[in-house]
Amino acid sequence: MCALCGLFEGEIHWTDSANVEQVPLRQARLRRVALANRVLQHYRLSLSDWQGSKYVLSAATGATEIVDNVAALWPAAERLLGRPCDPLDGALMDALERN
Amino acid sequence: MSVADLIPVHLLTGFLGSGKTTLLQRLLRSPAMANTAVLINEFGEVALDHLLIGWIDATTVVLESGCICCTVRSDVSASLRELYSKAERGLCRRFDRTVIETTGLADPAPIIYTLMTDPVIRHHFRLSSVIATVDAVNGARQFAENRESVKQAAVADRLVLTKTDLATPQAVETMHARLAAFNPSAQVVDANNDAIGPDLLLGHDLYDPGQRTAEARAWLDEERGPHAHQHSELGRHAADIMSFHLVFENPLDWTAFGIWLTMLLNRHGERVLRIKGILNVAGSQTPLCVNGVQHLVHPPYHLERWPTSNRQSRLVFIVRDMDPAVIKRSLHAFNRLSAPADAASGRGVRAASTTAMQ
Repeated sequence: MCALCGLFEGEIHWTDSANVEQVPLRQARLRRVALANRVLQHYRLSLSDWQGSKYVLSAATGATEIVDNVAALWPAAERLLGRPCDPLDGALMDALERN
Repeated sequence: MSVADLIPVHLLTGFLGSGKTTLLQRLLRSPAMANTAVLINEFGEVALDHLLIGWIDATTVVLESGCICCTVRSDVSASLRELYSKAERGLCRRFDRTVIETTGLADPAPIIYTLMTDPVIRHHFRLSSVIATVDAVNGARQFAENRESVKQAAVADRLVLTKTDLATPQAVETMHARLAAFNPSAQVVDANNDAIGPDLLLGHDLYDPGQRTAEARAWLDEERGPHAHQHSELGRHAADIMSFHLVFENPLDWTAFGIWLTMLLNRHGERVLRIKGILNVAGSQTPLCVNGVQHLVHPPYHLERWPTSNRQSRLVFIVRDMDPAVIKRSLHAFNRLSAPADAASGRGVRAASTTAMQ
């Protein structure tokens, strides 16, 4: 358990393991949520932290999925959307570049 | 227990008749290999009586994803578990290293997947390196006729060019150059070199703090770049494969990079054969190494120091049928996800070299 955040350490995903910024786990998670939401808004999806141990992915329809890490986020997003989430999609890149 | 405390596993792969068993036999003569467990799944002619041997039956279980690189090799898992259990119970000698020799027709990705994801295996073992043998005489034909041979060379950390005494010096030089261009982050060595031994092939361990800096330097051997442009033909099964570098002038945002790479591998993991790199990440004084094979990414780790005076982030990709310019643009766009003050960092990205395999 992280003494500062009160979070139990679960399965550590590779995106979590580097902790390059040397910040508390909860702070790193919230920053990840914020950056992921800048991508997900292109698909009208949103991500939120759930108890510091999971993420909740929500669609505009109200449908939700709980995911463990950022890698599990993308298959879940594709299930909710019914179409691919492709980082090489020109429309997505245009949107990110505009923002 | 840290990653460095886990038992290293070296995967020895290579096409049929390319000299895997001969190389293994040679390595096993070394006293340094005394505490090595060996798993083989072809009946070879190696005298292994004095060593620990596990036997692998050809059994695979395909997971729901159906992707070949995300297939669990239950035979590999069961053999490693049994070996470890026997050693713990004192039924065989303890071992401090494992070598798995694959069949010549095997795609190494499922074995890598098994080592990295099996809940029992990954708490006792870690993938240390992938070594692929390439036949200097028949290698070109094998690459042309067999997709697995191309895959084996693409995921390797060490490429051992075999039968160089039977090939002409020109053929050896050509194959050497093609391999260096095809997999620029792998070290290519000649099997006829007397210096080939456990230290050269198995000693460079990414998770050994004393060796990882030198290993990372070898990934990014900048002298290979221009050379790679001259020789890049590895046959029709490699015709749609490209290797290229991306270079970032300014520090990257690690969180944004993780979001981008997980998204890329989710959609295109089957076509991203290999990704390796040293990253200069914002907020860190030391470089961070990333290393992935298709959908799998090893836990990243920090080096104690930069291997050279160059502080640029460098990523090496080996991809199948993907456009480097689009990948570059995508990573550039995702790097702008970070705070506005950091957004300018994305402007520093450039493609250093692109090597088409035809």
